[in-house]
Amino acid sequence: MANLGRKRIMLALLAMLLTGLPYLADRLAMPDLVSLGTQIAIYAIAAIGLDLLIGYTGLSSFGHAGFFGLGGYVVGILAFHAAEGTAFVGLVPGATEAWVAWPAAILVSALAALAIGALSLRTSGVSFIMITLAFAQMLFYLFVSLKTYGGDDGLGFRRRNGLPWINPRDDVAFYYVCLLVLMIVLALCHRLVRSRFGLVLLGIKQNERRMAAIGLDATRYKLAAFTLAGAIAGLAGALQANLLRFVSPDMLHWTTSGDFMVMVVLGGVGSLVGPVFGAAAMVLLQSWLAQWTEHWMIVMGPVLVAVILLTRRGIWGALGGRG
Amino acid sequence: MTLLFEQLLNGLQYGVTLFLLAAGLTLVFGIMGLINLAHGSLYMIGAFVAARTQAATGSFLLAVAAGMSVAAVVGMAMEATILRRLYARDHLDQVLATFGLILFFNEAMAMIFGRQPMMAAIPDFLSGAVTFIPGVPYPIYRLAIIAVGAVVAAILYGLIVHTRIGMLVRAGATHREMVRALGVRIGLLYTLVFGLGALLAGLAGAMVGPLLSVQVGMGDRILISTFVVIVIGGIGSIRGALAGAMLVGMVDTLTRAYLPTMLKMVMASTEADGLGAGLSSMASMILMAVVLIVRPRGLFPAHG
Repeated sequence: MANLGRKRIMLALLAMLLTGLPYLADRLAMPDLVSLGTQIAIYAIAAIGLDLLIGYTGLSSFGHAGFFGLGGYVVGILAFHAAEGTAFVGLVPGATEAWVAWPAAILVSALAALAIGALSLRTSGVSFIMITLAFAQMLFYLFVSLKTYGGDDGLGFRRRNGLPWINPRDDVAFYYVCLLVLMIVLALCHRLVRSRFGLVLLGIKQNERRMAAIGLDATRYKLAAFTLAGAIAGLAGALQANLLRFVSPDMLHWTTSGDFMVMVVLGGVGSLVGPVFGAAAMVLLQSWLAQWTEHWMIVMGPVLVAVILLTRRGIWGALGGRG
Repeated sequence: MTLLFEQLLNGLQYGVTLFLLAAGLTLVFGIMGLINLAHGSLYMIGAFVAARTQAATGSFLLAVAAGMSVAAVVGMAMEATILRRLYARDHLDQVLATFGLILFFNEAMAMIFGRQPMMAAIPDFLSGAVTFIPGVPYPIYRLAIIAVGAVVAAILYGLIVHTRIGMLVRAGATHREMVRALGVRIGLLYTLVFGLGALLAGLAGAMVGPLLSVQVGMGDRILISTFVVIVIGGIGSIRGALAGAMLVGMVDTLTRAYLPTMLKMVMASTEADGLGAGLSSMASMILMAVVLIVRPRGLFPAHG
């Protein structure tokens, strides 16, 4: 019970901090805080999706950035065609409205995850890690090779997707949009992992053979989880494209997948809230180290090694929270 | 037709490079159960040290020796200090810790050698070309790489099939727990195997210096191809690594050579170049997907 109380207090503090962040940024005269906060919220959304796989299904996917980038590119490509007045492969017209572009991003990422998952789930363990990595890298090469959409250089667009009542140029408003999406994703996933579906996933993580013995088709459940995680990553990618008004193959690069895994493990596997802390720690540590030295990765790498070797349950575990 | 012959040899040469990396990676996985992302970093270290040594001394053989030995020493130091603690951990922890090592090594190389790509010279005694088919000269240097690969494969075969260490390696790959239970000094075996893998990665890196530009991040790209190789071959199997490396080397090289030309028949030239390059980068992964559909455990599964 003491743990539960502490967990609630931590969550309330986190929610207050995130809600008041723009005010804080204003008072401290640190306007960068708002964009950092937006970045944290977006990464957190993607990392929560990955936690569904790593923490609740026992699937270590190393290709999460593929779906993240795909969602971003859907937004970018739709905006590109809207600006040009052309249509994607001559069929799909461009769009700049969020209610078109974001569901499209979710749908495309989910379909890609369904296809990639169906193939990758034929393996398990280390092969699964390597195969998801390879498939994401395949998407990376695909976008590098599409010269129409900028290839290596990426694709920029002028305005954020339109949302009713919201000024697309207002960074604080966009921060609250991302925060709201984060809350919704967190709440839905929280419900999900406590549902029958979530319990089956946990069962698969613990003992797949036993789940099969009681008559459940484990592969179908794993595929559903993989698809859902892909869809969530696609949504995060759509938000990321809006944050920067720019998409590039970097979003799909395998190091981005690695970053997502780090966020989940650093924050605390299998807790859903942990990845929010993990995302915050990653973004803040990177921006702090980057101010300090151009060679920040020389510090980041060993920090990562030390964290993996020395800690077990991540930040959320250290704060006393549990799943 | 004459171009095809040349491209087949290029494919063989790329396959050999992949095999040198895949052999070490698959052995380390087969015996220690470790997935080591930093294997590509050892290749990069070998390439940088060799290129710098060659620039300083002018001796190619000295450069290869330096690249190999530095890679082996760094590899064994890495095993003894960090990786050893990861053997008992799950694969996720191994991936993340070695991911951290990649970040470290990439940045360290950038700080020591700079971000400018380096190019090593082809040594005099291996420069020039031989003509197998009239009108198709082929560079001796690439042939030399193929020859080195063949020698390494033969040595590995002899080592694994005919020596006591090889016997332990084979036993370790199929029944890891049993080897431990039989009281083999497993720590020493692990360090040796890791050192051997690092040595081969360093050799591969040192040899590609005159063909590719030596730069930060070169290890990451080839690491992913190496993963594709060992998934195709069957994780833990040296034979599988050889077969997978040759397949991937051929498919990658041939699609790179012919796909843009074929695409140009159906679309605009500039588009075809970009898409052709992209699709040929993807070709080996499509091959992997096909292999997985037919044989989910790879062509030559090692365990049971």
